[in-house]
Amino acid sequence: MPIDFLYPEYEVIRNPGRCISCRICERQCANGVHLFDDKTKKMTADESKCVCCHRCVSLCPTRALKIVKTDHAFKENANWTGKAITEIYRQAGTGGMLLSSMGNPEPQPIYWDKILINASQVTNPPIDPLREPMETRTFLGKKPGHIERDAQGNIVPNLSPQLALDVPVMFSAMSYGSISYNSHAALARAAAALGTYYNTGEGGLHKDFYGYGPHTIVQVASGRFGVYKEYLEAGAAIEIKMGQGAKPGIGGHLPGLKVGPDISKTRMIPEGTDAISPAPHHDIYSIEDLRQLVYSLKEATGYQKPVFVKIAAVHNVAAIASGVARSGADVICIDGYRGGTGAAPTRIRDNVGIPVELALAAVDQRLRDEGIRGQVSIVAGGSIRNSADLLKAIALGADACYIATAALLALGCHLCRTCQAGKCNWGIATQRPDLVERLDPETGYQRLVNLVTAWDHELKEMMGGMGINSIEALRGNRLMLRGLGLTQKELDILGIKHAGE
Amino acid sequence: MVIQANLTHFKTLNEQIRACPDADITVGCCTGQRYIASGMSGRRITVHGTPGNALGAYLDGCTIEVFGNAQDATGDTMNSGEIIIHGSCGDATGYGMRGGRILVEGDCGYRGGIHMKAYEGQLPVLVIGGQAGSFLGEYLAGGLIIVLGRGVGGLPPVSYFCGTGMHGGKIVLRCDEAPQGLPRQVLVSEATAADRAELLPHLEAYCRRFGGDAQALAAERYFVLTPNPEAGYKQLYTFN
Repeated sequence: MPIDFLYPEYEVIRNPGRCISCRICERQCANGVHLFDDKTKKMTADESKCVCCHRCVSLCPTRALKIVKTDHAFKENANWTGKAITEIYRQAGTGGMLLSSMGNPEPQPIYWDKILINASQVTNPPIDPLREPMETRTFLGKKPGHIERDAQGNIVPNLSPQLALDVPVMFSAMSYGSISYNSHAALARAAAALGTYYNTGEGGLHKDFYGYGPHTIVQVASGRFGVYKEYLEAGAAIEIKMGQGAKPGIGGHLPGLKVGPDISKTRMIPEGTDAISPAPHHDIYSIEDLRQLVYSLKEATGYQKPVFVKIAAVHNVAAIASGVARSGADVICIDGYRGGTGAAPTRIRDNVGIPVELALAAVDQRLRDEGIRGQVSIVAGGSIRNSADLLKAIALGADACYIATAALLALGCHLCRTCQAGKCNWGIATQRPDLVERLDPETGYQRLVNLVTAWDHELKEMMGGMGINSIEALRGNRLMLRGLGLTQKELDILGIKHAGE
Repeated sequence: MVIQANLTHFKTLNEQIRACPDADITVGCCTGQRYIASGMSGRRITVHGTPGNALGAYLDGCTIEVFGNAQDATGDTMNSGEIIIHGSCGDATGYGMRGGRILVEGDCGYRGGIHMKAYEGQLPVLVIGGQAGSFLGEYLAGGLIIVLGRGVGGLPPVSYFCGTGMHGGKIVLRCDEAPQGLPRQVLVSEATAADRAELLPHLEAYCRRFGGDAQALAAERYFVLTPNPEAGYKQLYTFN
C-alpha cells in the first residue's frame, strides 16, 4: 500500500573517495543494509533497514561512512509530528501494538538535571579523597533498631543477612534471553571484580555462571523460569520482581524463536516454546501474599540471603513501598519509568509510571515518617546515567543504585533501541551465535570495571567536596541538594530547597 | 522422628525439621504452620493436622503426605517429589510447578496448576479427586492436570476461566459432557486411548492412596483440554 510507505528514518552517507569496497560494512550489518553491486563494483545501501546502531561506521577502516537522520519531512506540525503520523501508518497497516525497546526516549523532564550538588567553602573544609579515607562501601539489608542481649549481657547476634557492596552500584536485572551469554559473562565477571552484584533477571542462571554466585542476585518473577532450589542457593540475594519501570503492570514474552538449546536449559522450558511471564504473580494479591513469597524464599534458603522486592515507580509508590517494607523484604528496588527493556509496548513504556527521582524521594520520606526506614534498604534504578545521578539518588535516600542501560553502553550498545528484533550488531541483545561472539567478555568486563571505577572516583571527589567521607553520611542528606527551575510542589516532593535558599 | 507442631511458630518448627537428621519425619498436630518442607529434598514428611500456606514450595525431591487439608500455594514452583493430600487443598496449588506430582483426594481452590511447565524429563502432574475452582490451569505451559470430579455427578468439575492463556500442557476432566464457555485458547476433545494410557499411572497412584479401581476409573468418559495453536498467546506487534 503506498500510504504505508515510510521514508527511511536514516540515510547512509558513503564517501566514494574513501570507500575501498572492502565489504566489511556488508558483513557487519545483520540488518542487511549494505550490499556490494557486482555490476558497478561499488557498495550500495538499503537505508530502509538501517537502525542507526553505528556498527558499520565504527568498523569502516577508511571512515567512509556516516549515518544521518533524514531531512525528508512531513509538513511541519507541532501537534501531528512525523513520529505521530508514522505510528498511525504502522498501526493502520498491521493492527498491531507498537513495540519498542530500551528506556523511554521522550523529552519529559529529567529531574536529575534540575538538581545541583553542594560543596564546602571556608567552613567544614572539603576532603581530598586521594589523601584521606573515603568510604563508598555500603551494606544492603535490614538494620536493627536496637541491640538485643542475653541474660549474661552478651549481644545476641541476630543481624539479618546483609549484602556488602564495595561500590554503591549494581548491575540490574537483564535476563539471559533478552541479552546474550557473552553479556552475562562480562557482567558477572565485572561484578565479582568490583565487589558488587549483577542480577540474572527472570531467565534463570546459566550453569557456567554458578561460580559467580556470591556476586549474583537471582530473580524470581511471575513466570518462575529456572527457579529451583539450587538456583536460589546459588545467589547472594534473591529478588522478587513485581514490576519493571519500562512496563509497569504488564508481563513479558520471550518468543519461542529466541528459546534455543542454551536458553531452554537455563529457563528450564522446552526449546522453541514461548516464555510467558504473566503480568501478576498469581499467588500475590496483597501485601500478605507478598509476605508469603518473601518468607517461602527465606525458608527455602534458611534465612541466609536478603530478599529484594523490585517494584516499578507508579503513582502510589510510597504507599506500596510501605507495604513492601512490612512484608519482610530486606531491600526495596524502585525502577523509574525511564528504565530499559528488551521489548515493551511503546505506549506503556512512554506513558506509564513516574520518574525515579520523585518516587525515590517520596518512598524514603514515607518510610521515615512511618519509622520503618531502617527495616529496608532502598535501591534506585531506571536511568542512572552518571556518577552525579548516583550521588543525587543517594542523597535523596537510596542505599545504592542499579544500572543497566549504562552498563550495556559500556559493553558497546549504541542505543539504537531495536533490541526486540534480536539482531543486535554489537552482540548484546541477540542470541545469534555469529553476533554474540562479537562481544568479547574479556573486553566487556574490563570496560564495565573501568566505568564503575571511574564513577566511584567521581563519587568520592564530589563527596569530598561536600566534606562528607562516607556513604552513610550522604544517604538521605537532602541538604546537600538544591533544585533549579523547579516548582514548589516539585521541591516539596523531592524534599529539597531551591538553589539560593 | 515425630515433631509435635501444636502452636510452635513456623520458623521454629521448620528449623526443627531442617535440623532433624532423620529421613522420615512426622509432624503431629499441625496448626497452620507455613512453608513446611520448602526447598527440601530426600526426606519423607508426614503431616497430621492442617499445614499452612506454601507447603512444599520449591520442593526438590521430598515426599510429603498430609492427613488433613492443605491450604494455599501447596507445591509452589515445585521441581520434583510428591505431595499427597488426604483432604482438599486451597488456592494456587502447584503454581509454576516444573516436575513431580501432587495428589489431592478432594477439591482444589481457585487458580490450581497455574503456569505449570514441563522440561526435558520433568512433567508436573496435578491430580484433583473432586472439583477445581475458577482459573484452573491458567497460562498452562506444560504438564498434566487431571480433575476426577468425584461427587460432582458427571458435571464438568471446573469453574470459570479454565485454561485461560494456556499455551502448552494438558487438562483432563472426567465428566459426561464437554465443559462450556471455555476461552478461545483452549481446544476440547474426547480422551483417546493414548490419553487414557497417559492417565493410568496417575489414576493408579490416586487409587493406591485414596482407594478405588484405577482400571475402571480410566475407562470412564474424559474430556481433554489442549492449547489452540490458532489462538496462541502471540499477540501481533508492530516494531516501532
